[in-house]
Amino acid sequence: MACMLEAPLRISVLSEVTATSRHYVDRLFDPDPQKVLQGVIDMKNAVIGNNKQKANLIVLGAVPRLLYLLQQPTSSLELRTECAVVLGSLAMGTENNIKSLVDCHIIPALLQGLLCQDLKFIEACLRCLRTVFISPVTPVQLLFTDPTVIPHLMSLLSRSQRTQEYITQIFSHCCKTPEHQMILYNHGAIQNIAPLLMSPSYKVQMQALKCFSVLAYENTQVSMTLVNVLVDGELLTQVFVKMMQRDRPIEMQLTAAKCLTYMCRAGAIRTDDTCIIMKTLPCLVRMCSKERLLEERVEGAETLAYLMEPDVELQRIASITDHLVAMLADYFKYPSSVSAIADIKRLDHDLKHAHELRQAAFKLYASLGANDEDIRKKITETENMMDRIVSGLSESSIKVRLAAVRCLHSLSRSVQQLRTSFHDHAVWKPLMKNAPDEVLVMASSTLCNLLLEFSPSKEPILESGVVELLCSLTQSDSPALRVNGIWALMNMAFQADQKVKVEIVRALGTEQLFRLLSDPDANVLMKTLGLLRNLLSTRPHIDQIMSSHGKQIMQAVTLILEGEHGIEVKEQTLCILGNIADGHTAKELIMTNDDMLQKIKSYMGHSNVKLQLAATFCVSNLIWNEEDGEEDAATAHKGDDTGGNPVARGSQERQDKLREMGFVDILHKLTQASDPNLCDRAKTAMQQYLA
Amino acid sequence: MAELGAGSLQVGDPALNYQERELNERLKRLYPAVNEEETPLPRSWSPKDKYSYIGLSQNNLRVHYKGHGKNHKDAASVRATHPIPAACGIYYFEVKIVSKGRDGYMGIGLSAQGVNMNRLPGWDKHSYGYHGDDGHSFCSSGTGQPYGPTFTTGDVIGCCVNLINNTCFYTKNGHSLGVAFTDLPPNLYPTVGLQTPGEIVDANFGQQPFVFDIEDYMSEWRAKIHGMIARFPIGERLGEWQAVLQSMVSSYLVHHGYCATAMAFARATETKIQEDQSSIKNRQRIQKLVLAGRVGEAIDATQQLYPGLLEHNPNLLFMLKCRQFVEMVNGTDSEVRCFSTRSPKSQDSYPGSPSLSPRHGATNPHLHSTATDSPTCSNGVTSKNKSHSKYPGISSSSSSSPSSPSSIVYSESNSTDSTKSQPHSSASNQETSDSEMEIEAEHYTNGVADSSSARIMNGTYKHEEILQTDNHSLGNGLPADESDQPRQLCGGNQAATERMIQFGRELQALSEQLCREYGKNPTHKKMLQDAFSLLAYADPWNCPVGQQLDPMQRESVCSALNSAILGKGCECSGSLSHFFLSLSHARTHTNTQMELLQFIHQLTGLNNLPDFNYPFQSLIF
Repeated sequence: MACMLEAPLRISVLSEVTATSRHYVDRLFDPDPQKVLQGVIDMKNAVIGNNKQKANLIVLGAVPRLLYLLQQPTSSLELRTECAVVLGSLAMGTENNIKSLVDCHIIPALLQGLLCQDLKFIEACLRCLRTVFISPVTPVQLLFTDPTVIPHLMSLLSRSQRTQEYITQIFSHCCKTPEHQMILYNHGAIQNIAPLLMSPSYKVQMQALKCFSVLAYENTQVSMTLVNVLVDGELLTQVFVKMMQRDRPIEMQLTAAKCLTYMCRAGAIRTDDTCIIMKTLPCLVRMCSKERLLEERVEGAETLAYLMEPDVELQRIASITDHLVAMLADYFKYPSSVSAIADIKRLDHDLKHAHELRQAAFKLYASLGANDEDIRKKITETENMMDRIVSGLSESSIKVRLAAVRCLHSLSRSVQQLRTSFHDHAVWKPLMKNAPDEVLVMASSTLCNLLLEFSPSKEPILESGVVELLCSLTQSDSPALRVNGIWALMNMAFQADQKVKVEIVRALGTEQLFRLLSDPDANVLMKTLGLLRNLLSTRPHIDQIMSSHGKQIMQAVTLILEGEHGIEVKEQTLCILGNIADGHTAKELIMTNDDMLQKIKSYMGHSNVKLQLAATFCVSNLIWNEEDGEEDAATAHKGDDTGGNPVARGSQERQDKLREMGFVDILHKLTQASDPNLCDRAKTAMQQYLA
Repeated sequence: MAELGAGSLQVGDPALNYQERELNERLKRLYPAVNEEETPLPRSWSPKDKYSYIGLSQNNLRVHYKGHGKNHKDAASVRATHPIPAACGIYYFEVKIVSKGRDGYMGIGLSAQGVNMNRLPGWDKHSYGYHGDDGHSFCSSGTGQPYGPTFTTGDVIGCCVNLINNTCFYTKNGHSLGVAFTDLPPNLYPTVGLQTPGEIVDANFGQQPFVFDIEDYMSEWRAKIHGMIARFPIGERLGEWQAVLQSMVSSYLVHHGYCATAMAFARATETKIQEDQSSIKNRQRIQKLVLAGRVGEAIDATQQLYPGLLEHNPNLLFMLKCRQFVEMVNGTDSEVRCFSTRSPKSQDSYPGSPSLSPRHGATNPHLHSTATDSPTCSNGVTSKNKSHSKYPGISSSSSSSPSSPSSIVYSESNSTDSTKSQPHSSASNQETSDSEMEIEAEHYTNGVADSSSARIMNGTYKHEEILQTDNHSLGNGLPADESDQPRQLCGGNQAATERMIQFGRELQALSEQLCREYGKNPTHKKMLQDAFSLLAYADPWNCPVGQQLDPMQRESVCSALNSAILGKGCECSGSLSHFFLSLSHARTHTNTQMELLQFIHQLTGLNNLPDFNYPFQSLIF
């Protein structure tokens, strides 16, 4: 409307508005306290529902004056209360209003006001504080800066239903971190808030319930306490179960289900507890139904995904409950073509929630298919499922992409899916795009699975340059990405042909390979060793790689065997040595290294059977008689036509040397070992001497 | 146990008594509105209503198979002693699989009286089942649909019938599996069927606590209905319950086009009707056309009376045209009917011209196979009532198909004097249509002047009872009627078939045009596909997509068109009246009046009821 006015007129209208606003502010400075009071009351009536007026008053500096009047001990209680009410009203406006109020230090002033005895004034302050704190622009930390605030708020909980509602609402919005949870917990939040669940006021009940959900989230200590709390002689979990009854308001059912979900995930309730299986899970499935609001469906699906993530039984039950898998397909139908034509408002609403719905559905699918092959099959058979995932992987919204790749990763644990639908839909293509780290972590995990030996996608992925991508991941700062990168390379090298192996070594570079062998992350180290082991398999590969990188590899192996590492790492390293010992020429790298032979000898006498086994395996390879052992040798299969004689002679020499070093005695001892595997292996090795 | 039982026979088994008491208490609690003197609840399997391969034991609660079990011809079922009373609102029973026997071919479900017991539930018309071997649901068909998990020894399967929205869902070990069937007919019996030796199942009709929390589900529906009633706008007239009820009844009548009844009601209650009488009649006429399967004419009439309406509703138009195509296959649409020589209806000529006047409406009430009183018509099953001998003289030659037993409902007539309709109905004559309605409306008015609204409904139902007899007498008295002969495509007429094919092309073209203008519409595609699929079968009436030909399917089209004319979205307008309808429609005739009174009680009890959690049963009396 305003824009249609002519310029001078517009200005005059504006100045008129400002003039009336100015008048309101001026009256706050009247020397007569009675007139000031009347001024504040008039201001209150003027700003209600009028965002423009609110903005004007803030610009004109009403806030500091109101705060001054509010804090002034000489002000009458009535005036102070009215000031708090006006400030509360100003806070109801736009986010900018809230920012201005916070900048004027409204929070400490109001918190100070809570020390007053007058209930009406306290309620007005709390209402304003509530409005300020629930805004996303207010830093929640402001609630926790003064350590006396929380205990005081706890003590105010008994004053009235309003104080209960406002305070619990502040708590539930400001409790964002484990520290916050512990502060509230240590100040008796549970004992103080639990009785409010029985409040006659629905609002108080709801806010109290929300408090419990934020307190219990990923917090074992709080959750463990909650399960033992009694409210009116009834266990808190039972109170929550009652709140999930189907005739209760949806909001209450959903929030109660969240509380129980969080308590369950924090380990305070078993996943096979009736209240989870028979109540919480079906309640959350209902929240995903088409009858619910879009927001509720998002929250329901996310909570359900979280609840059943670690438990296959819950996944199985959910997968048969109320056609959940099919129900979720509906999450992808927003905005629908009907809504586009029919109703702009609806379209707008649908558009807003479309991303949220999609990512929630992906998350839930990921959770559903995490463990059970039948469920994965059911999911992939849902209409257009694979197409939806593939397009989800390329969406602009990071949240959706992340959820889609999580879903894909979950489904990629299925051998059958890897062989069929994954290949049909070329899901690997979007996975190789650049993305933020969080997405890359999941994407590379999925790639790991896609590069498994039997996956038909392996070939096309290789051809599209995945090696470079994975090698670059191993240089990432994020340990998760380094693990996934090297893991995928390890999978790729498994029973790969020479070309691929050479390509991996070339692209990774020996320098990077050895850097990874000293990686602080044990997982990275393990997978790197795994890669080495896969590279060093089949005799010609072993000899080729050892001839070019033998020195460095032997050094690295020595370092690891000497270093402080876990059993698995050492075992893996000994296995690598075993593989090296299987090479024709590579053997000599060990045979000429007396230090290494001593190490192997000592591992044969190690207290851990696994290490003994691996070391014996290595020795067994070293003393192997080529002529009769060819078929049994661990990895040798082809390209073995280098002539038997010199090598056979070599084996005799090696046997002699090892005998001199006392290996035979150890082997002999090991044939008496209690472990049958070790015993067998030692015997096989001994036979080589007899032959 | 046996010894104990023998010892206590004289004094009565205390354990049994205890169980009996518990059963009574549970049933009373679950179904407080059911008057068991009139509509007893199922309490056990019926030793009379079963196939010979079925053996019963343990107070007729345990069922075992005692046939050969060679193939599906050896299937055997048993029904409960009584059908599920409509007053239950929501009904539930559970079956525990004691043993899956040889192959576990077990079906749990529902069936109407008279359905063949040498079958598993779900295979036949008016029979519904969930089968353990494949987890499929069978909805009156030999081919199942993927539905839920399989079930076997040790599992407890529950079956819940929601008589408010006529759906059914199953549970397995207390977990709801989701809706299995919709549009269920009334008066279904709990049924189980077994097929291989060794199969044993135990029923729980309330003798034991249920594994699934059915009371929680019931409470949700109570809350839903309370909410619906509480949200019903009453405007300024808070507390004026009589006026509210009157306007509700009136708007219901107007919405569905029961013009004369609405007028009479208005006169009797001294209220006013918003909509113009002629407008109501127009709508009614159009509705009748749709329900009679004469969609082409309905489209013409709509275009003429409400120009622009269909142009602005391309989706609706498309839906109507698809229906028209189906009706052509059926042989009921006038575009193909005019070719037909067999049908007595063929003499009627409906020019479909603008000259149609409301007075001589193009409607023949006898054609209303599903008629305006739509929900009642779904009572297909009840045609098997034995009451037919009572009115042997009443017959209708024009009933369109045997699948629509209540095919001559004149819902608008509400005649208290049913015999009056006799001469007209047998005439099957065009002339009767509107004037007859008016006459009957007069009768009805007389009746209503000194009676309560409950009487009105009673009138309808009485009338309906006769309708069902009609259908039977139709079978007996008119051997030449088409219902006795196999139905043929477009009534078996070559020219009609050609016209149908041509229309099919036009429809295809319309679909493509809509697709270009508004983008792809999967619903349209599905509709078209389904309709065209009919032609792929030798006998479209008995094919997988044959359900489309059921006159019942006209109802949704009809209500969509009616709502569009009224300028309302389908759902919102009639939500309360729909509820009203759904509550009253699925009733047996005897208890209708009482139940309606109960319902009105509920409504009037509302002013004491601001709270969602108010217990439901306390409202009823």
